[in-house]
Amino acid sequence: MAEIAKEKKDKVLLITVVGEIDAGSSIFLDNALKEAMDDKEKFIAVNLTGLEYISSAGLGVFISHLDEFQNENVKMALFGINESVREVFAILGLEKLLKITDTEEEAIESLQ
Amino acid sequence: MFVKSYEMKVDFSSIFPQISFSIFVFFTFVYYRYVITKADSLNFTDLLWKVFITGLVTTLISLGIQGFFYVFANSSIIESPLTINFFYNILAGLVIIFMVSTFVVWKRLILYQKSKNLLQLWWFFEIALAAALIFDFFNNEILTPYFNVAFLVLALFSLILVFNLKWVAYLNFRQKWKGILFIILSGIYLYHFFLNLSRFSSTDVLVINLLDRVFVWGILAFLFSYTLISVLVTLFNLPTSSVFEQKLKEALDFQKLSQAAPQGQTTDQTYETLLDSAMSAVFADAAWLEVIDDEGKRQMIRNLKDNEIDEIKSKIENPIIQEVIQFDFKSELNVNKLSGSVKASNYKSIIGLPILVKGTQVGYIVLLNEVSEAFNREMVSIVTTFVNQASVSLENLFLIKESLENERYKEQLKIAKTVQKSLLPTSLINNDHLTMEAFSMAADEVGGDYYDILEYQKNKFGLIIGDVSGKGTSAAFQMAQMKGIFHSLARQGVTPEEFNKKANLALSQCLNKSSFITATYFDIDTDSNTLQFSRAGHCPALMYCTESDNVEYLQSDGMGLGILRNSSYDNYVHGNTVKYREGDILVLYTDGITEAKNPDGEQFGNDRLKSSFETHCSKSPNQIKEGITNDLSDFTGKIDIDDDYTLVIIRFKDMKNGRNSEGKKG
Repeated sequence: MAEIAKEKKDKVLLITVVGEIDAGSSIFLDNALKEAMDDKEKFIAVNLTGLEYISSAGLGVFISHLDEFQNENVKMALFGINESVREVFAILGLEKLLKITDTEEEAIESLQ
Repeated sequence: MFVKSYEMKVDFSSIFPQISFSIFVFFTFVYYRYVITKADSLNFTDLLWKVFITGLVTTLISLGIQGFFYVFANSSIIESPLTINFFYNILAGLVIIFMVSTFVVWKRLILYQKSKNLLQLWWFFEIALAAALIFDFFNNEILTPYFNVAFLVLALFSLILVFNLKWVAYLNFRQKWKGILFIILSGIYLYHFFLNLSRFSSTDVLVINLLDRVFVWGILAFLFSYTLISVLVTLFNLPTSSVFEQKLKEALDFQKLSQAAPQGQTTDQTYETLLDSAMSAVFADAAWLEVIDDEGKRQMIRNLKDNEIDEIKSKIENPIIQEVIQFDFKSELNVNKLSGSVKASNYKSIIGLPILVKGTQVGYIVLLNEVSEAFNREMVSIVTTFVNQASVSLENLFLIKESLENERYKEQLKIAKTVQKSLLPTSLINNDHLTMEAFSMAADEVGGDYYDILEYQKNKFGLIIGDVSGKGTSAAFQMAQMKGIFHSLARQGVTPEEFNKKANLALSQCLNKSSFITATYFDIDTDSNTLQFSRAGHCPALMYCTESDNVEYLQSDGMGLGILRNSSYDNYVHGNTVKYREGDILVLYTDGITEAKNPDGEQFGNDRLKSSFETHCSKSPNQIKEGITNDLSDFTGKIDIDDDYTLVIIRFKDMKNGRNSEGKKG
């Protein structure tokens, strides 16, 4: 189960994810990112401070949007990822493809 | 036959004809009882038809006898007692046949709705009739006191019994008319027979006079009174029969609605049945029903044109009905508020009811009448019960559909599991160069763990461990693709870096957008004791080094297959080379092991895996496998792990140096 909230801060869309993202809840994350694309958002910061676990389906959501973000010139940064989740990102090599920062400020700064 | 047989003994004592008569009555009774009770499916009009036909045949024969007497009116032949008795006995036989058959039919009708008391009463009546037969042996002439008492007893029974006419209510209008006709005709036959019998009884040459028998009088009294009463009752029931028919139809419609699910109807058939039953229950002139569910929006219309519906919709003033037709019904169901008037050109009265399934409105039904104030409370109540019953049926249909889909899904999973199992290698390598042990466990859902090994060239092996991101059938499918890629690339003897680059290229074409595969490919050269590998996003392998007596993760950069689907992926591929010695052990695993949780939600993790391996590393591959899985289940506190997990243990041997060292030892 995961709770996903969206909030607009200036130019940046802040998406906050709390809980676990598994095959079931990954759909909500996917919808949030799809809506952001529909709303023509250009800067997305994802707060993963409350993310306890992410399954391969959840990772697949981020991966599936990579191409699109690049084509549409959308910038996304993830921040506040806890150690075990970060390790999952690292092992998979996603650290190299996604902007991952520690704090929200750093994330927003990296988007500019 | 027997009529003739006692005919010959005219002058014998009067007891003999009475015995014959009694036996004849008895057997006729037994025969009709058998014939009429046997036919279970006979309906009321069929029974009455039987009475009518038996009466017709017997009457025609008796008319023949009458004709004979008419033709020979002046002949001495009809003066002869023998002739008179001969014909009288035929007539008596016919009368008995008709009376007994009618009696048995009436019995069946009277006992249509049995009660204990009624059965008892009937039983007493039959006993009394049997007693009357015996009573007749004493030759009590008509109108003697004994005779009168016996007759009165029988008449009393008849009078009580003849008011059991519940079957009349079950006849519809047409059947009632038919019934009246048949019953009146049977009454006429009876009267005709009675006249015939009394004409004969005026002669005193008769061996046995039926009209001297209290039994005959008793049965006649019963038959006449039942005929009379049933005709009257049926006649008076005629005006109300339409109401009864209507109620019966409602009950049947209700049953039809409730049996939608067991009879395998579709939801639309249920809606159609609902619409038709509701219309007939309230005598609606027109109606429509609208549904919006998974299958889309549907409208079922009776006697209305599309533009009429729009007109009526726009002219509904009742706020509740407006809510109903806008699929916005939130109020409590209140029978008083769901009907009203409408000022449309053709229709003046309206009922609007929501169709609710599991508390949400899936549709509504509108019933119309041309007359104003045509619908009353009772009608709305009836339609409401119909709608409720339909809702229950619909709910059942949904449940059945759901469970069918579930069943289908389970079936697919079963297939996927079988496929997945068949994709894993059936035999492992155990030779002079390496010993190998593998363990793979799939959770309830089909997982996507994959490992395989192949000797592509003498003493050179390709080894892979992987994990596909999909679940269920798609996992099995992705695994199959991975196996195909492994077997084609490994056979070519590609380096681990090449393997990952080519595998990524191949998978980019066929994996769906959100799927990826993590893998590590190893190339083992047992001639040079070299282990080359390239990690594609899979959790790093563990390696035990005998020389340093140390366990380390084989860390390396790398990215999952299918994440980047262009040539830029190649930049993230790294190759590594490790030299191994005799006794070194490689442990491959999937994240099901490191991510297994204990009841506190804590993961097993890399550190616990490493230390578990450290404690078991001096053992054989099989013992290491057992050791690690035991440690894991000790940690999670359960035998079954939710996720699927795989463990592959390979112990290297050194062909030259190993033998040498063994030789030294020896």
